[in-house]
Amino acid sequence: MGSLLPFLIFAISVLIIGLSMLIVNRVLALRKPLPEKLIPYECGMDPSGDTRIPFRVKFYLIALIFLIFDVEVVFLYPWAVVFEELSWFGFVEVIIFVFLLLVAYVYALVEGGLKWD
Amino acid sequence: MGVALWSEIVILVAVALLLLLVALFHVAYLTYAERKIIARMQQRLGPNRVGPRGLLQPIADVLKLLHKEDIIPYGVDKPIFHLAPLVSLVCAASGLALIPLWDTFVLSNLNVGLLFLLALSSLSAYGVILSGWASNSRYAFLGALRASAQLISYEIAMSLALLSVVLMAGSFNLQDIVKAQMESPFKAYIIPQIIAFFIFMVSAIAETNRVPFDLPEAETELVAGYFVEYSGIRFALFYLAEYFGMVVMCALAVTCFLGGYIGPFNIPGLPFFWFLLKLYVLLFFYIWVRATLPRYRYDQLMGLGWKVLIPLGLLNLFFTALLKLWL
Repeated sequence: MGSLLPFLIFAISVLIIGLSMLIVNRVLALRKPLPEKLIPYECGMDPSGDTRIPFRVKFYLIALIFLIFDVEVVFLYPWAVVFEELSWFGFVEVIIFVFLLLVAYVYALVEGGLKWD
Repeated sequence: MGVALWSEIVILVAVALLLLLVALFHVAYLTYAERKIIARMQQRLGPNRVGPRGLLQPIADVLKLLHKEDIIPYGVDKPIFHLAPLVSLVCAASGLALIPLWDTFVLSNLNVGLLFLLALSSLSAYGVILSGWASNSRYAFLGALRASAQLISYEIAMSLALLSVVLMAGSFNLQDIVKAQMESPFKAYIIPQIIAFFIFMVSAIAETNRVPFDLPEAETELVAGYFVEYSGIRFALFYLAEYFGMVVMCALAVTCFLGGYIGPFNIPGLPFFWFLLKLYVLLFFYIWVRATLPRYRYDQLMGLGWKVLIPLGLLNLFFTALLKLWL
C-alpha cells in the first residue's frame, strides 16, 4: 500500500485534469446541434444500416493466439526474476515449456492463422 | 498519527501535481517540437505566427480546443463515448508515476513497477476499443478493430524484450534495474541487449499508434480511425493520451536500456539532466522516424509482429539466459 498510494494520487490527478478540461469546455463552448452536424462522419454520404458491421474472424484468431503467448510471457516473468537460484534446472524447464508453445505457434503459422491476404 | 498521515498525503498530492504539470508542459512542447522538426525535415517553416518562432503555438492550440463546440453525433453509446477518452488519458499518463527520475525521486517505487507499466499499456487498448465501439461510425469501428489487433500483437514482443532486461537485472523494480545497469560492465543494457532495445522501440512505436504503424488512424483511408467522431476537447484528450504514451514509452526505454538517470559524470544543480537528455534523444528519434518512413501495409504489420519480432524476442531471451549461465 505504501508505494501504491502515490501512484493512485497521480492517476486521480490525471483524471481530475481531464475532467476539468471537459468542464471548462462545457462552460466556454457554444452549443448549436443541427441535424446535419450530428450525422456520423462518412465522407459526405449519409450513413445507412448498422455501423457495427460483421468483421473478419481473423481478428478473433489473433486474439486467441495472443492469449496463449501472453500466458507464456506471464509465466516467464517470475522465472526471469529467480533465474539465478534456479540456474540450469530452470533453464531446461523453460526450454521445454517454450518448446511446447512453439509447437502451437508453428501449427498456427502452417495453418495460415497469421497470414493476412 | 492521523496528522502525520494527512500531511504526508498533502505532500504527495503537491509532488504529484508538480510532476503532472511538468509532464503536461513537456507534452505540449512535444507537439510543437514535432511540428517544427518535421517541417524542417520537409523544407517548410512550421508554426511561426504565434509568439516568437511560434513558441506559444501549443498554448494557442489548447485555448482553441477549449472553445470548440462539443459535438456528440446521434446513435452513439453515450456513457462509453464519454468514458473512452478519459480511460485513454489516465492509462497513458499515470505510468509516469512509476519511472525513477532520480536516485531519491520516484513517485511510486513499486516492486513490480515494470509489470505495472506493461499492464497500464495493455489497459490503454480499452480506450481505443471503447471509443471505436461507442462512436457509431464505420471508420471508428474499423480503426478500433485494427488498433486492438495491433496493440495485442506488439504487446507480446514488447514483453519479451523487457523480459531479457528483467533477466539481466533480476528484478521488476525499475529503481533496481537502473542500479543493476550501473554495476554491469557496460553501464547500460543497450550494448548487451541491442536486439531487445530494437524490438522494444519498434513495439513502442506500434503501441502508441505512430507512423509507420499508424494503421488505426491512417488518415488517408480511415480519416482518423477510432476517434473520428470526437471533436474539440475530447479529441484533445486523445491527442494528449497519444503524446503522454510516447513520453512514457521513451522514459521506460531510458530506464531499462539507457541507464536511466545515470550519466558519465554528475552535473551539480541539474539532477535530471541526463534523464531528460536521453529522453529528448529518444523522442527526437520517434519524430525522425515519422518524418522518414511511409506507412506499413496491414499484413506487413502483423507479419512483422508475429513472424519477426516475437521469434527474435524469444531467441534473444534464450541467448541472454545462456550468457548469464556461462558468465
